[in-house]
Amino acid sequence: MIAFLIKRLMHAILVMFVISVLAFAIQDNLGDPVQQMVGQSVPESEREAIRERLGLNDPFLVQYVRFAKNAVQGDFGYSYFYREPALEVIARHLPATLELVFAATLIIVLLSVPIGVYSAIKPRSPISRFFMGASIIGISIPVFLTAIVLIQIFSIGITVSLFPEGTAWGAWLNGLLSTEGNMPSFGRGYDLVHVVGHWDTNLVTWNGLQHLVLPAVSLASIMLPLFIRLIRAEMMEVLQSEYVKYARAKGISMRRVYFVHALKNTMLPVITVGGVQIGTMVAYTILTETVFQWPGMGLMFLDAINHADIPLIVTYLMIVGVIFVVTNTIVDLIYGFVNPTVKLTGKPA
Amino acid sequence: MTTSTTSTAPSRWERLRDSFLWYSFKRDRTAQLCLAVFICLVIAAFSAPLLAPTDPYDLAQIDILASELPPFWIDGADEMYTLGTDAQGRDLLSIILYGTRVSLLIGFGAVALQALLGVTFGLMAGYLGGRVDAFLMRLADIQLSFSTLMVAIVVGAVVKATMGSAFYSQYAVLMLILIIGLAEWPQYARTVRASVLAEKNKEYVDAARVMGLRSRRIMFRHVLPNTLSPIFVISTVQIANAIISEAALSFLGLGMPETHPSLGSLIKAGFDYIQSGSWWITLIPGAVLVVLVLSINLLGDWLRDVMNPRLYKG
Repeated sequence: MIAFLIKRLMHAILVMFVISVLAFAIQDNLGDPVQQMVGQSVPESEREAIRERLGLNDPFLVQYVRFAKNAVQGDFGYSYFYREPALEVIARHLPATLELVFAATLIIVLLSVPIGVYSAIKPRSPISRFFMGASIIGISIPVFLTAIVLIQIFSIGITVSLFPEGTAWGAWLNGLLSTEGNMPSFGRGYDLVHVVGHWDTNLVTWNGLQHLVLPAVSLASIMLPLFIRLIRAEMMEVLQSEYVKYARAKGISMRRVYFVHALKNTMLPVITVGGVQIGTMVAYTILTETVFQWPGMGLMFLDAINHADIPLIVTYLMIVGVIFVVTNTIVDLIYGFVNPTVKLTGKPA
Repeated sequence: MTTSTTSTAPSRWERLRDSFLWYSFKRDRTAQLCLAVFICLVIAAFSAPLLAPTDPYDLAQIDILASELPPFWIDGADEMYTLGTDAQGRDLLSIILYGTRVSLLIGFGAVALQALLGVTFGLMAGYLGGRVDAFLMRLADIQLSFSTLMVAIVVGAVVKATMGSAFYSQYAVLMLILIIGLAEWPQYARTVRASVLAEKNKEYVDAARVMGLRSRRIMFRHVLPNTLSPIFVISTVQIANAIISEAALSFLGLGMPETHPSLGSLIKAGFDYIQSGSWWITLIPGAVLVVLVLSINLLGDWLRDVMNPRLYKG
């Protein structure tokens, strides 16, 4: 176990090292900081002096070591646009993104497990077929398009006049298919409750929850089909195995066989994929937050690109790198714990 | 592969006709429909200059006064513009045809690059083993532990910031092919490596080696043809993924410029007008994108069921 842990940690450190070199190379190659600091009229000799004083003429390696030393101590430099420490800007935007990811994860877990299990138990039932069909459609719709459609339906509203308005059933059907569109479609709302530090939460007020629903549903929509299909496939495989047949033969109630015996082994691969996908969701938050103007890290990153705010871009890359590496490492460790067949000294197969 | 088809063409056709692939295709209505839809879209997109009523790249044919006209089934539509017009007064039908062409071009190009890189690296990793394998797979692991979309967004953002928007938009098609191609090669590499590992201890490989053939020849002429079926299966899914990635990048403003839009940039451009009620500018290109991707995905699903290769799980 210890050997495995150390190996994973070494791997994590190696990855972070690669990311930091890449991030630093970006910072080094993008723009001239002296030009950003001084005016047009400053002579070249003066600029050279500033460069020398800031250490910009040092070799790449010396500069990198300085950068890494500062970064480890939490100093990523100043954001050009916000004029405050870049880490501070990230810290302010992080809670919004985390709440969004949390809400989406909640939706995914609550829906994918029952649907996946049901469609594995009854693969031929019309409901399962419906969910399988819906899930491949879901995979094919990009997350930003889901978001736009949700905005059109729930916050702008649609008026259907497909059926003849004169007849009673026509008016009824039209009314049924039309939506009012009163859901908020951008921002986090006015009713945030301050928790601690930079963390204002959306989760405890009605207005806050209303603002959270559409972004969370769109973010969940991209992962939900994946998980339903994964859980279904794994569950069907497990249901074929000898121990499930044995449990059934022993006369244990089917519910217990499904939800206690089979589900446990179904969840093993789901944990690995799931952990990695939570990291992946960070990428999708960029899209979701852009559509809903959700003031999280993703929107901030996109703004930073548009402002060419290089320290902020670099800091974001480093922080996201940390998030990815940490989730991956934790997932591997959890997998090692819950699945005793994994050789802990080697790579989990 | 295709060089020697002239003499063996009839037998190949017969082989296809007798194959299980063709048999199951004949029986699967969904697969037929999807292939038909996909082929129609591809033909329509690549013959856009012939089919499109107007040329959306030609500024002289754009009438700004005719902007935001609705499609034909809504009151206030103009007969000239079947699907309405966008905010710049471009005919939506024409611009969608041209946009689909751009999306498909980038999708195919990126997958070709992915396949080239992934197949080469996968073959090398699987066949040569040892250090090459360890290095390449570690690289693939690291890259896959980030989502491919994340890699694409970051690379796109950095390239755009380094080279400036003007340069980036000028070479956007090439840039997107490179970015998406580089972001997703590990998928191929892992799949190919897994099947190479299964193939490489078979007798025909030993025979080839005993005959004294060079590694490169064994890898590409003997092992590669036997790993083709998983490559086909993931290729379909990868084309769908590449088209979605391109749309996502364009939607974020890191892809095709609005003067030369893909489906993604059309959706982005239209999204600004959705609050004013002009939903068709964004939702019609969106629907085309979904139909395109869905037909490819369903074909991929069918292929996977039929060929049932040992796909790399997880």
